[in-house]
Amino acid sequence: MFWQQFVNWINLGAMYALMAIGYTMVYGIIKLINFAHGEIFMFGAFFTWWFMTALSIPFPLASLIGVMLACVVGVGVERIAYRPLRNAPRFAILISVLGMSIFLQNMARIIWGAEFQTFEVDLPYPPLMMGGVVIPVKKVFILLTSLVLMIGLALFIQKTYLGKAMRAAAADREAAEMMGINVNSVIILTFVVGSALGAVAGILYAVNYNSIDPIMGFNAGMKAFAAAVLGGIGNIYGAMFGGILLGFLEGIGAAYISSMYRDAIAFGLLILVLIFRPQGLLGEGKYEQAIKVR
Amino acid sequence: MNKPSRLDDHEGSSQPQALPSSKSPLIRMAERFGFSNWYTRALILAFCLVIPFIVQSNYGMRVIIYIGLYIVLALGLNVVMGFTGLLNIGHAAFYAIGAYATAILTVHYGMSFWFTIPVGMVLGILLGVILGFPTLRVRDDYLAMVTLGFGQIVYIVANNWMGLTKGPRGIPGIPPPTIRFSGWKLVIDSYPSYYYLILFFVLITIYACVRVRNSRVGLAWMAIREDEDVAAVMGINLVFYKTMAFGFSAALGALAGSFFAVFQTFVSPNSFTILESVIIITIPILGGLGSIPGTIIGAIVMIAAPEIFRAASEYRMVILGAFMVVMMIFKPEGLFGKKLYEQTYKV
Repeated sequence: MFWQQFVNWINLGAMYALMAIGYTMVYGIIKLINFAHGEIFMFGAFFTWWFMTALSIPFPLASLIGVMLACVVGVGVERIAYRPLRNAPRFAILISVLGMSIFLQNMARIIWGAEFQTFEVDLPYPPLMMGGVVIPVKKVFILLTSLVLMIGLALFIQKTYLGKAMRAAAADREAAEMMGINVNSVIILTFVVGSALGAVAGILYAVNYNSIDPIMGFNAGMKAFAAAVLGGIGNIYGAMFGGILLGFLEGIGAAYISSMYRDAIAFGLLILVLIFRPQGLLGEGKYEQAIKVR
Repeated sequence: MNKPSRLDDHEGSSQPQALPSSKSPLIRMAERFGFSNWYTRALILAFCLVIPFIVQSNYGMRVIIYIGLYIVLALGLNVVMGFTGLLNIGHAAFYAIGAYATAILTVHYGMSFWFTIPVGMVLGILLGVILGFPTLRVRDDYLAMVTLGFGQIVYIVANNWMGLTKGPRGIPGIPPPTIRFSGWKLVIDSYPSYYYLILFFVLITIYACVRVRNSRVGLAWMAIREDEDVAAVMGINLVFYKTMAFGFSAALGALAGSFFAVFQTFVSPNSFTILESVIIITIPILGGLGSIPGTIIGAIVMIAAPEIFRAASEYRMVILGAFMVVMMIFKPEGLFGKKLYEQTYKV
């Protein structure tokens, strides 16, 4: 029984981790939280669902198109809500991104309706048996996908030229600009990569729970943000670690304290971490990042 | 060369060049028409007093009462957002506390509505101070997330604590407030009487906000808004003033909640979702953060507009979201607000 739940927790954690990476990457470069990230998550799932049901495109292709469209939405958020305000007070940017998030969420509600939609994906393989624990194949799929993406991202950031440019822009935007890095392109690239991971997380979430609704992004977004903060925002490995850890804490809280308050547990944890250790568990003591304005 | 005139212009005294005026044209227009004169104010007040005699339909009165309710809510939020410059996306939590305090105490314990108001306000202040503490450690977007999480926690608790709040079913049958005065009894259960009650609350709120803004406390808040570090260096106790701003804001939110409970005679968690907080946020944004008349006009526009354009009611939240983005890009100081220091004096 415990191991059965263990599999669920690690699955949940993997999805939070994927989404938390999006928050942390955007934060690393523009030093601002992307409030609309939860909406990208939701749009990824909805686009995929829409291509699967309305146009009966098979799941792999539909999810690919869904992720691409979600990236377009993510870049749109950057162009409309962030770029015109890049030199504005942070207060103004926060409100504009919050507005963007409300706009996207309710747009989805108008397009697809407010009710739950069933998201069915056939994975015609028998469940895995491991020492008495039954692991449905979709959980294996979720875990493998997240693992591959996370390793791929780590390689991309560490080994490629673009990844180097991203790290440089995150470390010091002005210095990176002086070194000839086109920071605007790097910011767009960051939004694309972050949105893609967020959209994949949304699709995996839909595969796991078999249902989607326009406000699914809100709670998931808050929790992924909590995960990013838990691991230390701005730190990609921290986001991965924080996501998995949050999946466990939430699962344990829901199983042994109260399942009705599972969301409250995650949000309470977020508040506690922000108060007592704003740099996160894996944060490099960059106290300033969380505390200081610029 | 301009000769140095305008010796009374303390705004530009440190920098002698002509700086863009921080006053919006709407404020200048308002000043020209003398909205700060006492007789203009008396006229507006007199107009407010006769509204129930002019508006005959229940529907119209209902909208006007809601405008009053949102004026109280938005002015409360304006204390934290406008005066102190801290983004709070969880104001509906305080609103919920006041509403539930009144609902539970009147329905289950048979208390008088008038007594539940201070109870709700004290609970709100406690909660506000608790929420205020993280603001000492976190700023800006982190704070926004903390308040968002806080608002959501209050909603989840209201939705799940079956023993106290009855969960999603809500608490029906909240008795109307009564005034007893030596054998004479007035029951507030008609639209005009509710209107006068909310008008009373609105006037108290405006008075409190104006007095606080003009006091040392208000100055301290505005100093924190303009630059927290400088404010701290000048000897302003950030801990004290920030938690105080949250407490003050929470008390006004709870007051609005108490009124909401008796006006609706029913409370359920659905009235206090995150969208409610967002609607409240847009009001000071439209009117101008920190501006009291701006916030009042913002509330009138924001609550009346969806009623006028009922055909587009489905699009209300979409329009609100787009409005927030557009407003921040083109007019971040709002219709009546002053520009922030860092916008006016760009370094």
